[in-house]
Amino acid sequence: MAENNRAVIKLKERFAADIVEVKEFRGEVTVTVKKENIVEICNFLKTTLAYNLLTDVTAVDYLGQEPRFLVVYNIYSIPNKDRLRVKAQVSESDCSIDTVTKVWSTADWLEREVFDLFGITFNNHPDLRRILMTDDWVGHPLRKDYPLQGPDREPYKGRLS
Amino acid sequence: MGVDNPLGDNIITASLDSLVNWSRKSSIWPMTFGLACCAIEMMATGASHNDLDRFGIIFRASPRQADCIIIAGTVTKKMLPVIKTVYEQMPEPKWVVAMGACACSGGIFDTYSVVQGIDEALPVDVYIPGCPPRPEALLFGLMKLQDKIMSERNSFGSTIGLGERYIPEAA
Repeated sequence: MAENNRAVIKLKERFAADIVEVKEFRGEVTVTVKKENIVEICNFLKTTLAYNLLTDVTAVDYLGQEPRFLVVYNIYSIPNKDRLRVKAQVSESDCSIDTVTKVWSTADWLEREVFDLFGITFNNHPDLRRILMTDDWVGHPLRKDYPLQGPDREPYKGRLS
Repeated sequence: MGVDNPLGDNIITASLDSLVNWSRKSSIWPMTFGLACCAIEMMATGASHNDLDRFGIIFRASPRQADCIIIAGTVTKKMLPVIKTVYEQMPEPKWVVAMGACACSGGIFDTYSVVQGIDEALPVDVYIPGCPPRPEALLFGLMKLQDKIMSERNSFGSTIGLGERYIPEAA
């Protein structure tokens, strides 16, 4: 169970006010947190609990719900061979979160990708530019309200025949 | 009457157009340029089993030495300026082959990031359908390009500054 997870116990001791939800599904533990102390939480996970590898940073758009976005950090502990998923809530009105590049430097490009495709700003990021789309691109394509075929085209309405 | 033939069978007479067209179609040098899975099939066509070399088709690694570009794969909007630059660097006369469904029409990638056919940007001479086309299909397309080159008129005159090169409409 997720409650017995060593990392979850330590996190609950230290950041009780920040944890929104703890969930385990098929052996994968997910901790949902508030975004305000994300850097401290990540720093604690890396230094004290030895989650020294940031596998991926991504985001999910729950259009129509509040908070709209969840920024997802998939982390791995090489010495303990253990994975953990941390999700941080980001609302549409204040669409920004602090960068974790100071904790794991690989977050640099991963956060740029999230910024490019979801439009979530990472505060204090060293080089926040688009990474996949062209520099002059308008909009953030992985948002659920972005038209699949692009804003300049008539949407596909199914086969005419 | 007629042309004297003092050298026996050692000379042939032909129009300069036919000669120029024949040499052009027999030495199509495509740009070494691949974009996606079609490029793998293009490489297979160039390799020994199908052997593009027997048509005089030799891939060149520089656009300055190439006179054909095979658009082999999905053209993204980010890649389009690069393709245009490569095409503009090629010397005239030059031909474009759209290889595969993506290069012809965008294929299955009906999305915001993909160009819906390279003919939005370049003048395409031969469209080859398939996903990806088999090497035989690419060979057939290149032979169609050879036929098209052979049907051009004033190809010699236009090179020395006399008029325009005339390309008949496809039959």
